[in-house]
Amino acid sequence: MNNSTVVSYFSQSNEFIHVHAWLSKALGFDATSLMAFVIFAVIALIIVGAMATIGGLGTYAERKISADLQARMGPNRVGPFGLLQFLADGVKMIMKEDIITTNADKFTFNLAPVLCMVGVFATLAVVPYSSGFILADLNVGIFYLVGMASLVGVGVFLGGYASNSKWSMLGGMRGASQIISYEIPATISIIAIVLLAGGLSMKTLVGAQGGLPHEWFLFHNPFAFMAFFVYFIAGLAETNRAPFDLPEAESELVSGYHTEYSGMKFGLFALAEYIEIFVVCGVAVALFLGGYKVPFDLGSGAMLVEKLGLDSMLSQNIGQLLELGAFVSKTLVLYYVVIWVRWTLPRLRVDQLMTLCWKYLTPIALFNLIGCAVWMYAFNGKSIFTLIFSAAASGHGGH
Amino acid sequence: MSTLHLDVYMPVVILIALALLVAGGSLFLGSLIRPHNPNKLKETAYECGEEPVGTAWTNFNIRFYVIALIFIIFDVESALMFPVAAVFKKFNEIGLGGTLLMSILTFVSVLLAGIVYCWKKGDLDWVKSYTQSTSTTPTYGKKD
Repeated sequence: MNNSTVVSYFSQSNEFIHVHAWLSKALGFDATSLMAFVIFAVIALIIVGAMATIGGLGTYAERKISADLQARMGPNRVGPFGLLQFLADGVKMIMKEDIITTNADKFTFNLAPVLCMVGVFATLAVVPYSSGFILADLNVGIFYLVGMASLVGVGVFLGGYASNSKWSMLGGMRGASQIISYEIPATISIIAIVLLAGGLSMKTLVGAQGGLPHEWFLFHNPFAFMAFFVYFIAGLAETNRAPFDLPEAESELVSGYHTEYSGMKFGLFALAEYIEIFVVCGVAVALFLGGYKVPFDLGSGAMLVEKLGLDSMLSQNIGQLLELGAFVSKTLVLYYVVIWVRWTLPRLRVDQLMTLCWKYLTPIALFNLIGCAVWMYAFNGKSIFTLIFSAAASGHGGH
Repeated sequence: MSTLHLDVYMPVVILIALALLVAGGSLFLGSLIRPHNPNKLKETAYECGEEPVGTAWTNFNIRFYVIALIFIIFDVESALMFPVAAVFKKFNEIGLGGTLLMSILTFVSVLLAGIVYCWKKGDLDWVKSYTQSTSTTPTYGKKD
């Protein structure tokens, strides 16, 4: 087995070897692929379930935080603190009548929300939750993620086009132009980080960083610091979040590209959007904020074995849980920032949107890319803190 | 070796299947319990109470086309940047960083030249400036 997926993590345990031997004997062929399939399917189900919950809780968090910012109560009737509100919303959406207008292009109309879902779910395969808990550490990881995420743009445009309604058409057009435009600064910022890490797979990207903030790529050099903000702003625009929610601008376009959608099809759009925010925040964490790395090498569990004398497999599992906690907590902090930004800033105009993307973010992103390349060449890949520390160590007591 | 590659991409296929399953399943579940009583008014496109006139599939503003063109150029070039960026660190360690840096600089300067050209031509302006056209506006019905 190659050492890069959740299956290879499980295959270290004794149980896996036992079951594998027993299955191979009972079935009469090598059961590695079968077991890999079963483990992948179970883990994928768990991740999808967790993500659907996060998407649902995202809508709850959105309403609760917006209520907090506007000195209201927010949902507080269904369940404790209104926590089960998203389940009630889901049930309501499933029970709503499904309306397809007579003029709409029916096949494309039904395809659009499904495309959004497929695009977002496919990106979940490479999100690095911890060093062992990653579904597929593809060697083209981040490239694959960028490609799959752009399927959402196709879904948004098709949804607007197929509805055959003027509001939807305007929203879909704006959505398509906005999503493809902001893909450029986001991708170029990602390339700058790929340059620093020297690889495309998510494990390489996270592995080149450390657990403590000064080892993160965010503080590697000033250009990477700027690249983070460029990526984050572009990520907000790609997920159609305010202040870039022009495709669904409710005060001018009714509801934009999903004006004609009702019931669960609208629900699928919303679910895809909230999961995509999580993915964008997760990628920002993995690329810039140290990802799943925890300080002092706690993740590998080596320290626990040494100091406390724990079983190696147990301490490895504890390390994985710590890494998962580090990744998820950092991502949720960014998630909060995304919601906070939405309820703080007013919406941009279309011309301001395009000006921001093409005249500010894209040139800045290109500048960052050149800056990172020159920094890597000039300082041999050392981060600014490494340089400061070594200068302080060599010049100690010199002044 | 080929089975190993399949194994790595297996979760991608599983996740896409799950996405289809979640979408299809929730829609199917809904079709069992949701009401279905369409009428003519309900099935027209929503235009704030007005009766919709004509289709929405009309000619659209050319600016979107220009943006799409610029996007394609930048997207292809950024796709070409990925492999160079991925090997930059390794090349830098064995002392070939300068060569690669020069190629990156050349490539990015071509990109920059492209964006400067578009900027200069005014393709990046969403609202076109009317200063030039006002001087040549025909003066209908105006006697001078």
